[in-house]
Formats: sequence, structure tokens, C-alpha cells
Amino acid sequence: MQSLTFNQKLGRFILNWVFLFLVWLMFTSTFFWQEVIIGAAVSMLLSLASIRLFTCCTLSILNPVKIFWMIWYFFVFIKALIVANFDVARRVITPSLPINPGIVKFKTKLTTNYSKMVLANSITLTPGTLSVDVIGDTFYIHWIDVETTDPEEAFKIIAEPFEKVLLKIF
Amino acid sequence: MSILEIIGGILLVIGSSFLFLGGLGIFRMPDIYNRLQAGTKATTLGGMSLVLGVGFLETDWIWKSLIIIIFIAYSNPISSHALARASYHRGHYPYIKSKEKEKMDAYREVVPHTKKEEKEDKA
Repeated sequence: MQSLTFNQKLGRFILNWVFLFLVWLMFTSTFFWQEVIIGAAVSMLLSLASIRLFTCCTLSILNPVKIFWMIWYFFVFIKALIVANFDVARRVITPSLPINPGIVKFKTKLTTNYSKMVLANSITLTPGTLSVDVIGDTFYIHWIDVETTDPEEAFKIIAEPFEKVLLKIF
Repeated sequence: MSILEIIGGILLVIGSSFLFLGGLGIFRMPDIYNRLQAGTKATTLGGMSLVLGVGFLETDWIWKSLIIIIFIAYSNPISSHALARASYHRGHYPYIKSKEKEKMDAYREVVPHTKKEEKEDKA
């Protein structure tokens, strides 16, 4: 674990505090003042304790351009998720079970751990793919219907639409 | 019936039918990786729309259901990745239909096969 400067720690602390407090507000779904004060105190303690654990990003993530791309990513993701479900449903219902499974690999241009995690999770929920492992910048993907075993081609088909957006966010 | 109840009911039906298809997929697929594929995708969208449907039916719970949806979207793919990776390391090699078994399994370079594949294929 790299050591953090004070500014990074402060940024993470504020970001975690806001995030945890929002979760608290959504779970209690009330603005009664006792609940709000307790929620602020508890989320402050939790974010102090977890500065080293929640390492997603610093305050720079609140840049409006990045927030726009995050919302865009959300829609890309939901579309891929729905397509994936219909794809699996079609394969399951077809009597001949049209699958040609295998494991392919490709390399990503993303650098931070958190963005790789987001990419791997998104790949798992998109049509016909399941991330088996991430080692360094190499992704190993189980593909239910292998179209190509070439890493470049596989990258273009599986990961490119997500990575384009993720590179703009992180 | 209000419009919210109709939307909630439709979401419940969609969610439960995707969950049913996921269960059918787990039953029909040949090995653990394909089963995880069917299971993960179906439980993610199915669970999400079930919880959202409940949120529409009981409007007090809509914020809670949104939080639960975010947690499902985070935790479901992570657990399926952990299951897939663990089962490969444990020696359950993927079922491969085509003849070029070496070429179709890129993960072999990380985890060399130690057991016989023919036994594992039927799992």
C-alpha cells in the first residue's frame, strides 16, 4: 500500500463521509433531526476507520464532466445487462443449446485497481462473458460463444465500449 | 389500481421470469462456468427488478430498494468471479466443444492442468 499525502486522505475522508451519509439517509428515509445527527456521527467514524480500504478515488471524481460520463456509463451498463439477459434466455430455451465455450484473454489500458474491478464486473454482466481472473492488466474471460481467440479482436468485441467510457472517468 | 401498482406488478413478473430462466439455465448448462454465466446474469437483473417492483408497490421503501439494487450490482459479479476462479484452481476445467482444446483455454498458461480433462468435462 502506497503512503498517502494529507490531501489525498482528506479527499477520501470527505468523499466516504458523503457517500456513507447518503446511504444512511436512503436506508432510514427520514429527515428527523435525531436520525440525521446520529447518521452523520456514525458515517464520520466509519469513514475515518476506512480511509485505507475505500480507495476508489479522490475528490476529483466530482468533476461535472466525470459525473456526466458516470451517468452515461450507467446507461451503457443497463443496456448491456438487458441484452445479456435476453441472450442467456435465448440460449437456455433453444433445445440444441447453442454454446461454444472457452476462455480468452486480452489486455486493458486501465491502470488503477478500482477501474479494473469495475471493468471486470461489467464484463461479467454483459452478454456471454464471465471474468475468471485479472492478473496485472490481463483479463481472462470465460466466453460462452467464442468468436475469436485473438486477444485484440476479443478486446474489441468484449471490453471496448466500457473501457472507452471508463478511461474518461478514472 | 394505481399506475405505480401496475408498474410494480409488471416488474415483479419480469423479475421472476428471468429468475426462472436462470434456474433453467443452471439445470441445462454443461459445466460450472456456463452455469455461473446463466445464474449470475439472471439473478442480477431478476433480483434488481424484483426489488424495484417491491419499491414501486410500497413507495416508502423505494430508497431502500435503490440501495439494495446498487449492492446487488456490486456483489453479484464479484461472487461469481470468486467461484469461477476458485473452481479453476481446484481443477474443474471448462467444458470445451471445439477440437482445439489448447487454443480455446487461455487460462491454461496461468494454471497448468494437472488432472485428466475428460473426467472433468462431464461434471
